Amino acid sequence: VAKPEHEITWKELNVGCVIDEPGNAAVYRTGDWRSQRPVYNKDRCIRCGTCYVFCPDMAIKIIQDGYIEHDLYYCKGCGICAQECPTDAIAMKDEEE
Amino acid sequence: MAIKKGIEVSIAAAEAVKQTNVDVVAAYPITPQTHIVEHLAELVNNGELDAEFIPVESEHSAMSVCTGSSAAGARTFTCTSSQGLALMSEIVYITASLRLPILMLLANRTLSGPLSIWNDHSDVMSIRDCGWIQVFVENGQEVYDHVFIGYRVAEDRNCLLPFMVSLDGFILTHVIEPIEFLDQEIVDRYLPPYRPLYSLHPDHPVTLGAFATPALYTETKKAQDEALKQAMPHILKGWQEFGDLTGRYYHPIEHYKTEDAKIILVTQGSLGETACIAIDDLREKGEPAGLVKIRLWRPFPVHEFKEAVKGAELVVVMDRALSYGASAGPLAMEIRAALYAEEDRPRVVNWIAGIAGRDVAPEDFLQMIQQAKKMSGEGYEIYGVRE
Repeated sequence: VAKPEHEITWKELNVGCVIDEPGNAAVYRTGDWRSQRPVYNKDRCIRCGTCYVFCPDMAIKIIQDGYIEHDLYYCKGCGICAQECPTDAIAMKDEEE
Repeated sequence: MAIKKGIEVSIAAAEAVKQTNVDVVAAYPITPQTHIVEHLAELVNNGELDAEFIPVESEHSAMSVCTGSSAAGARTFTCTSSQGLALMSEIVYITASLRLPILMLLANRTLSGPLSIWNDHSDVMSIRDCGWIQVFVENGQEVYDHVFIGYRVAEDRNCLLPFMVSLDGFILTHVIEPIEFLDQEIVDRYLPPYRPLYSLHPDHPVTLGAFATPALYTETKKAQDEALKQAMPHILKGWQEFGDLTGRYYHPIEHYKTEDAKIILVTQGSLGETACIAIDDLREKGEPAGLVKIRLWRPFPVHEFKEAVKGAELVVVMDRALSYGASAGPLAMEIRAALYAEEDRPRVVNWIAGIAGRDVAPEDFLQMIQQAKKMSGEGYEIYGVRE
């Protein structure tokens, strides 16, 4: 995407608002929607990968040794990972904190 | 040489669609549109037209199929009436926003209820703001011609908008008229094959119909509105070039005896032909009366309309649809708004007439014009309603 969407003028839009740049949804920062953020406690993590499987936005990455990392660019803060974690290794904290 | 033959207008319309070498036809049968799609189904079945005829389960599906096939780059046709248009209306709006050059013949029929199959303009007025180019025709020849003109204008690379032709149900669809057919060679010269700007193809992936956030939506609507307004020169070019090939020229606003007219009647669709008889009668009696016919409904030709009624003192607008509880019928509302900023504007009297198949004869026009002389330029009256 050449420009952030709030800078695009009507003359710059493609005919019919066609998007001719495949995969540009990846640029869209859904992390902006978040009101709560996941906080990860590596010490409690048993590397089961449950959070990775359940995350609806694929915003959890498996890093070295099987531990995980949240991708806050995309994480919408839904809390499913915290809910599903069998060892309470993920807690949700309000963004204001 | 062009052949002239007596033929049912619906059949002639379907034959015109065949001559455009259409790729996809998706429609659901509904009175009074039925003969058009039935004949197209026959042409495909008999191998006379190499097209996909998709018999869908509803008009919502018909317009959805049309949107998909047009997005894939196919020349696409549909046809409906009344409730059918109401059912497809959700997709009708989307087609315009996607700028897909589909052609629709709308055999105008009143919207229920009470249930009725007869003609008026309540169906087309219900989707007035859908963003399509919208044209009214008044006889069979104009229906036939506008199939070619519709595609020519819609598919123009600088236009790319869907095109809707309103033809009065039964009054036009079910009558036999003399119609001059175009030689295929003339059609091919006038209407080149459709070359889409974007199309759904795995080699060049694109997204059509994505969502837009509040940060961008206003810009998308401005772009769509400008596209429809900027369609005007392409519509004029389509009509001009058609006229040069056939001798039949069309205009956004058609005039009849408007020179020095102090009283101007305004009609849309097939009422125009009958109204001419009333105007002839008035002119014979020495009354300075004329007729203006609105051919192009969207984009509304504000400038051309103002020119057409210049010098008139009384404008009598015939609406064939009600806008329940409004200040006037849809056409009169448009006209009053267009003239409001003029310093020297005429009085605009509004009649609602010809609702759901009630005939409007030349005598009725004369009655309405005589009564209009004593009426104010506010509100509207329903002609001939029993008190």
